[in-house]
Parts: sequence; structure tokens; C-alpha cells
Amino acid sequence: MTGPLDSPVLQVRDLHVQIAARHGTVRAVDGVSLEVNKGEAVGLVGESGSGKSMTLRAILGVLPPEAKITSGEILLDGVDLVKLPNHALNEIRGPKISMIFQEPMSALNPVMRVGYQIAEGPRVHRGYSKAKAAERAIELMRRVGIPDPERRFRAYPHEFSGGMRQRVMIAIALSCDPEIILCDEPTTALDVTIQDQILRLLAELCRDSGVSLIFVTHDLPVVAQLCQRVAVMYGGELVETGAVHEVLLDPRHPYTLGLVRSAPDVEHVRESLVPIPGSPPSLVSPPSGCRFHPRCAFVEEDCRVQPTPLRQLPGNRATACLHYERTEEALAADRIAP
Amino acid sequence: MSATTFPSEAPPPEFVTEPEAAAGPRRVRRWYTQPALLGGVILLALILAAAIFAPLLSSYNPITQNLTNTLQGPSAHHLLGTDQLGRDTFARLLYGLRNDLRIAFIAVLLPFLIGVVLGSISGYFGGWVDTVIMRIVDIVVAFPFYVLVIALVFVLGPGQRSIYIAITLIGWVSYARIIRGEILVAKRQDYVLAAQSGGLSSVRIMARHLVPNVISQAILYAMSDIVQDILAIVTLGYFGLGVPPPTPDLGSMINDGQNFLTTHWQLTTFPGLAVVIVGLSLSLIGDGLADIIRPGQA
Amino acid sequence: MTNGGPTSHAATSQDGTSPLLSVDGMAVSFAVGSRLAARIKNEQRFLHAVDGVDLDIAKGEALALVGESGSGKSTFALALAGLRQPDRGEIKFSGRTLPRNRSSADQRRIQMVFQDPYSSLNPRLTVGSMLRELIRVHHIVPPGQADEYCKEMLTLVGLGPDAMKAFPRQFSGGQRQRVAIARALVLRPDVLVADEPVSALDVSVQATVLNLLGDLRRELGLTLLLISHNLAVVRHLCDRVAVMYLGRIVEVAPTEQLFSDPRHPYTKGLLAAIPKLAASPPGPDDQGPAVVGDPPSPLRLPVGCRFRTRCPIAQPICEEQDPMLTTGAGDTGHEAACHFAFGGYSHPLRPPPTTQGNSGAGAGAGVTDSAPLTDAAGATSFPQQGD
Repeated sequence: MTGPLDSPVLQVRDLHVQIAARHGTVRAVDGVSLEVNKGEAVGLVGESGSGKSMTLRAILGVLPPEAKITSGEILLDGVDLVKLPNHALNEIRGPKISMIFQEPMSALNPVMRVGYQIAEGPRVHRGYSKAKAAERAIELMRRVGIPDPERRFRAYPHEFSGGMRQRVMIAIALSCDPEIILCDEPTTALDVTIQDQILRLLAELCRDSGVSLIFVTHDLPVVAQLCQRVAVMYGGELVETGAVHEVLLDPRHPYTLGLVRSAPDVEHVRESLVPIPGSPPSLVSPPSGCRFHPRCAFVEEDCRVQPTPLRQLPGNRATACLHYERTEEALAADRIAP
Repeated sequence: MSATTFPSEAPPPEFVTEPEAAAGPRRVRRWYTQPALLGGVILLALILAAAIFAPLLSSYNPITQNLTNTLQGPSAHHLLGTDQLGRDTFARLLYGLRNDLRIAFIAVLLPFLIGVVLGSISGYFGGWVDTVIMRIVDIVVAFPFYVLVIALVFVLGPGQRSIYIAITLIGWVSYARIIRGEILVAKRQDYVLAAQSGGLSSVRIMARHLVPNVISQAILYAMSDIVQDILAIVTLGYFGLGVPPPTPDLGSMINDGQNFLTTHWQLTTFPGLAVVIVGLSLSLIGDGLADIIRPGQA
Repeated sequence: MTNGGPTSHAATSQDGTSPLLSVDGMAVSFAVGSRLAARIKNEQRFLHAVDGVDLDIAKGEALALVGESGSGKSTFALALAGLRQPDRGEIKFSGRTLPRNRSSADQRRIQMVFQDPYSSLNPRLTVGSMLRELIRVHHIVPPGQADEYCKEMLTLVGLGPDAMKAFPRQFSGGQRQRVAIARALVLRPDVLVADEPVSALDVSVQATVLNLLGDLRRELGLTLLLISHNLAVVRHLCDRVAVMYLGRIVEVAPTEQLFSDPRHPYTKGLLAAIPKLAASPPGPDDQGPAVVGDPPSPLRLPVGCRFRTRCPIAQPICEEQDPMLTTGAGDTGHEAACHFAFGGYSHPLRPPPTTQGNSGAGAGAGVTDSAPLTDAAGATSFPQQGD
């Protein structure tokens, strides 16, 4: 997937992540390639088990112990992160890449004051003095919309609401001016109105300070609120990529179409929701050929056998579907019927 | 959420699915592949076999004295020699093991039952019932176990009955605490709410829905409790407060044999070894069970 | 004190008969902090999870109860189903007040489906054991027919008869929810309360369960109370929607009216905050989030209207008077608890800060009309999917 012609901040090339499990090797991420440009927010969408969170963790190098990157490259400003030893990665985490998580209560240290947690990054990575780091922390808290930051500096995480804790996490992530922030479903656990606030905050940060984002979620419409480009994952693989409004409103893969059709949308009331039949594929022994074929309404013979890498389509988008025209036809039929 | 490993299905008519064949509550998962558990089970089986088949393994009566044949060393007739009253040591060992094991297993049963019941009531209902029960628990726990046991047996007079009573009165508290803790957590699960919503009575919910889900912790504890009880009986025997003579008892054997440690060390050592091995086997089983039960908590 | 006005019981079924379920002034609160300390200091703090709710549900209706965390919707549902004791209030079933300790027969009438499919089924019981127990305890069918009946139920929710022998862990999340629905239906309830039945499921599976609920409603004539934070789900399934905020109902209306003509500022904010497929990231001229700030702590509720601390059109009167649920002109069944919901309140207004979905203030006469729901930030350059 390529964006505009400025050179990308992050390039992931053919990433493979495998997990050693009792019942076999789980191919959690199976050949994923991504590019993120400066100031761009890229959405990574998929349901549980699609490999989206693993992809993020692989980029940051914080995979669980049983998981390993078996092949692929992750280029940050030209440096391959896969080859870096952990101490070198530690110098990158913070100043260049950071991450925000879904559950702020477990991602924040409950016995450490919030201000100190935000100040920690600049002290460690930039050698700021205590005072200067505290100043920076307060400035960041203000930036992310935490009211009364001077007083709140000394508060503990449990004294904050969920939305405020997320803001604290964003402040921590921003503290060393990274180039890219990885977001692992940060708004999933939040109320709708708070989610709205956080999404707008992230969009503002992208716009104003030029930081890039990879935003992982299972919630399609959320991607539309924040991202310019989106990649859809299924069974450890990418199935479709492209500009957000194209992929969401005019998809070229039956899985994306299925996701769109099965989710109730507050703006369009469909006669009935069309669920995707079947269940997610086993990542230990995935279906042959296209991983989605057992659940696909448009399946044909070659789908069961042929490998399905992403192929470029005109207009800067890509799909893994061998017969994407069928999806196009189905959409056209949707539009004709009222 | 972790990846589901439910096998993918061909797109059926959306509504009908076939779950995989039932395999029973996933409690015992290839137990024989766990080295600790396997070792413990084998060891315990050997011990139990020795205890159960005592009459077959030794033709001697453990109580019969033979004052002309005292303090003999090991020989072809008496595998472990005789003690100071001419009784066959090997026979006494086997029968002593038998008695002590029997007492210990039974002595665990009542505390287990009482503790589980009281702990469930305490955890499920809360309120003043919980407060009362837990304060009693606190009082019992405040005393060291052996101090209480010995004091109680002393008061009740030595003998099997006193041992049962003493251990029961003291032993139930650990089970009660364990079960109460587990129930406090388990009762917040939605399936309890669902059972209440279905109009099931509290007793029914506790007995049929909650206890089976939390009992594994109590069972685990029972393993180590049996060991503790054996030691208690042995200790009581050592102090002369255990099973009254002439009934063979490992503790009194250890005590009696002390006097002959330099000359006939087998009189003390073998009963001691027997206690250690029983303890070891039960601990291994407990460890093995803990490994199986905990991660696979169904 | 409820905020229900004389017209707050808005529900009558289509043929005008009295409602199946009628809740009057329900309040549920929890004591906060150590009770012993409170008794000593003689001051107990209470968290009023539900603080005066009046609601009617008509037979065969699908009513949605919508709100965010802290709104009290789940607590209300539990109290309705007899699983929590309310402090105050009456629940009437077909006109008859339900006693605090419900009889077995009454308990059956209102059944619940819970949010978490992974903790709502007893892991040690097979589906069959669980269902049979309920049938036996309540004598639903003669013992000989129990198995047949269970299998019918399972087929009704789309699981094969093989499910009887299976344990919950063998099912996926969506299937577990179906089992939970079967469990609720086995008792032949009149009302099914579904507390966020699809929130814990994958998106593509949610549709299955939602469709099932819709079908069951039609086939069995079930009355449904759907608790959800997801307005999109609600629109798809329900006839009427009630919006809760901090323990009170702030707006009730037939579904389409709520979406096309929301009257309470919170509802408008909620609708505007929902992410939409056709949205775009906000540009530099973005007007900010639909609802600002955090909800106040339920232990320290604002005086007057509870929403005023976050409300874009808050006026001095909002602090002085807690608005009641009032209805607009005509009997549309649309009520809202806001001084400016239906206009007609003549109090000089400050111009509100502009926020999506809110109308601008008219000078003087009060807000008369609310603008229909508008999209977040401008049109996209792509043709929309047909509506």
C-alpha cells in the first residue's frame, strides 16, 4: 500500500509473526505489508483473531514471549527494527515510536503519580531535569485537554475517569515527540461521547504536530472518523487496503462488504443485517487458498487453491480477492434496491 | 480477545451449527503426562497397597508380644527385626501405616464437608452470617495448630475419637476460608445472576452451581491437609496422646524407638521414612493437580 | 423524587390498552464506603444508580434503554428482572404490583440475557443439564417431554439438538449468547430483558444475534427491553427508545422520531458523537466534540439539571430547576426532560457555543425547533450508499 509521494515514516514489508502454542504453530500475522506517511493516520481493521494487535506489537517489539517475528522487515526511517537488539529498540521506543492501549487502567502504573509517568520519558530519553520534565508534562497535559494540569500532575490514575486516563496515556505517548504512535483499540472501552472526544484529539494531534498514527480497531465507522487510509485484516492476512471512504463505502473484498453489511449503521437502516456465516479461521491450519473462502458467498474453484496476495487496483487501492468484481456487482445491486 | 480455535465451517444455512463432540468438563487433561502427578500417584498407590494388603505382606500379628525375642536385628524371619516387646517391626510398620492413613483420610473428610458448607454460606450470603463465621475462624486461626490439637486431645483423653473431634473442630477453618474466597469471586459471575433470574433457590444455586465450580481449590488443599493430619497424629503419638498402645501407630513407634537409636536404628527410622514418603506422595499429587486445574479451569 | 411529569407514562400499546409493565418512581442506590465507618460517623453516602424512573412497556413492544456508563440502565434492568432490590418504586405487571420477593411464577415472567457470554453460562453444566433443571424446577412441561422441549428451544435459537450434550466452552461467543437466549426462553417469559447482548461479540456475529432477537419477537410476540450503549443497534431493532443519563430518563420517543428529531441536548450530543461510516476526519475548522467534558461523579450530582455541566445551551434556570419529562404538542409519545426541549419557554438566552447537531439559539423566545441530525464534518466526495 503506498500513500502520497513523500517518503514514508514506517514501512512494514512482508511481516510474519508466529506463536508457538500447545496445539501447533499459530500463524498470527502472515505476510503483512504497510506504509505510513508523515502526518497520516492509517486504520488497521479486523475482528478478534485477525492479527491486527499482533502486528502492532511486532512493530514495537513487544510481542508476548511465545510469539516471534519469523520473517519480514520493519523499516523506521530506513532502519530495520526486526534486526535491532532490545537495548537499541529501547532507545527508539519513546522518541520515535510509542503506543497507547485499550485499557488505561492496566497500562498506567497505579502507584505512580500521573505527572511522573508522563515526565519519565523526557527524563530518560532526553536527559531533562526533574523540573524541566515536569514542565513538559504539564504542558502535555494541557495539550491533551486535561483540566487544571498543575494540580492534576500529582494525582494517581485511579482518581481519573476512563476518558481522562486515555488522555494521560496519549500525553505519555507524545512526551518524546515520536514520529509515529501505535494505537491498540484505545477507544473500544470508552463511552461514545468520550470516544468522540478522544478521536478528535488524535485527529488534531495528527494535523497540528504531524505525528503519524496506526489505529487498530474492530469498529469500522471509528476508522472513518480519524484515518485517511485503512487496511482490513482477516485471518492474519491483509485483504484490502485503500483510502477510507473508498474501502468503507465502495469495498472490493467480500469480507469488507460483509463487515459493512453486518454492522448496524446509525445513518442507514437496512432491512435486515446480513451476518457473515461461519466462524473465524483456525490460525494453526488456515483454509487453503483464500482464507475467507469457506465463508464467502462469491467463492469459486480457484479461490480454494490459489494464493491470494494483495494486488493493486487502479486508484491507489489493493485487494486480495480474485473475483472482486462480484463485490462491485453486489454493491451496485444494493444501490439500485432502495 | 484471543483467537477462537473453533473449526471453520462451510457456510451453512445461517442458523444451524454443530458443536464438537462433548468431552467432559476439562478437568483431567492427560494427567499421566505430568511427571509430578504421575510420580505422586504411583508412590501413593504403592503405599496404599502396602497398607491395604498388610495381612498378606506379613504373617505376624503386630500386637503379639514375644518377650523372649526382643530387639532382634533384621533377619529372614523378621524383615525389620523386633521391637522392645518382641513384636515384629515390619508388621507394626504396615499396620501402623494402615491405621494412621485411615485416621488421616477420615479426619480430613469432616472438616472438608463442614468447611465447604460454612464457607459457602458465608461467602454467598454475606452480612452478619459471614461476620460471625469469619470471626470464629479468626479465633481458631489465632492459635497455632499443634497447640490447639494437643490441648484438645489432652482434655478429651487420648484415643481415636478424640483425634477425630480435635482435628474436626480445628481443621474446618481453612476450608471455610478458601471456599468463601472463591465464592465471593464466583458469585459475581453472570451465570449466578442467570440462575437467580431463573428462580432457583439459594441453596440450589450454592450447591449445584457455585460449589462444583470452586471445589477444586478445596480438594487441592485437602491433599496437603491429609499430610498435615498424618503429622498431627504422628506428633500426638509421639507425645503419648495418640492412638493408645498396643495399637500400632507410626508416631509412638518413632517415640519408642528413640531409645534404641544407636543400636537398632531401624525401629525409629523406618516409621519416620514411611511418614516422609506418604507426605511426599501427597505433595506431588497436590502439585500436579494444581498445575492441571489452574490453567485449565473450566 | 422522579422527574416524571403527569404525562410521563407515555406508553400505551397500539390498541390503547394498558401497558404490560409499568415502572413507577424506581430508585436503586448503593451504599458507598465502609458501612461501619458510616454508622459511626452517622453519615452514609449513597450512589443513586437509578434515581426516579417511570417507564411503561407495552405488550409486544421492543423498547430500548440507552445510556453510557453511569446512566443506571443495567441497574434498572436488574431491578426490573427482580435481581436487585429497589429502594423505592413499584413495578406493576399487567396492572398488578409485583411484591419485593417475587413468587416463582412472577420471577419467570421477566427473564434476562446478560452481556458477557463467557461468564453467563455455568462452565460445569452441559446446555441440556442447565435447561432441564429450569424446566424441572418450574414444571414447565411434564418430565417426559422435557428433552423434546429443550431441543425445540435450541432449534428456535438456531442451534442443533447436539448442543444439548455440549459444554459452554465448546461454543463461540455468538453461539453462547444464543444458548443464553434459549435459557431465558425456556421459562416462557412474557418479557425478555437483554443487557447489551451483542457488545462483547465480533461485529459480524452481532448481526446473527440481533436478527435472532428480531425474529423471536415476531414469532413469539415477545416483549423486549434492550439495554445498549450502541444507538445503531437500537435503531435497527426497537420501536421506542428511552435515553438515560445519570439515573434518570432524559428522553423517550418512538425510534424514528428520536433519530430524526431529538429534543434533549444529551440525545443530540449522543447521536452526533456516534461514528458514522461516511464520516471524514475533522479538519482545522472542526467545531469540537459533540459533548464536552466528563460526566459528573454520581456521588456529587449537579444541582438542578444533571446535564447542565456539559450542556451547550445551559442557562441559569437549568441550575435552579430540575426539568421534568414533558411532552410536546400532540400525543406523539415523545418526551424530554429539558426546559428547552419543545420551546415555549420564554427566558432570554445566551447564545450557546456552537456544537454539532444543536440548533442556534433564537434571541429571546427560546429554542423552538431543533435541527435534524447533521453529519460530523462536511460531505465526502463519494456518492453515498443508497438510503
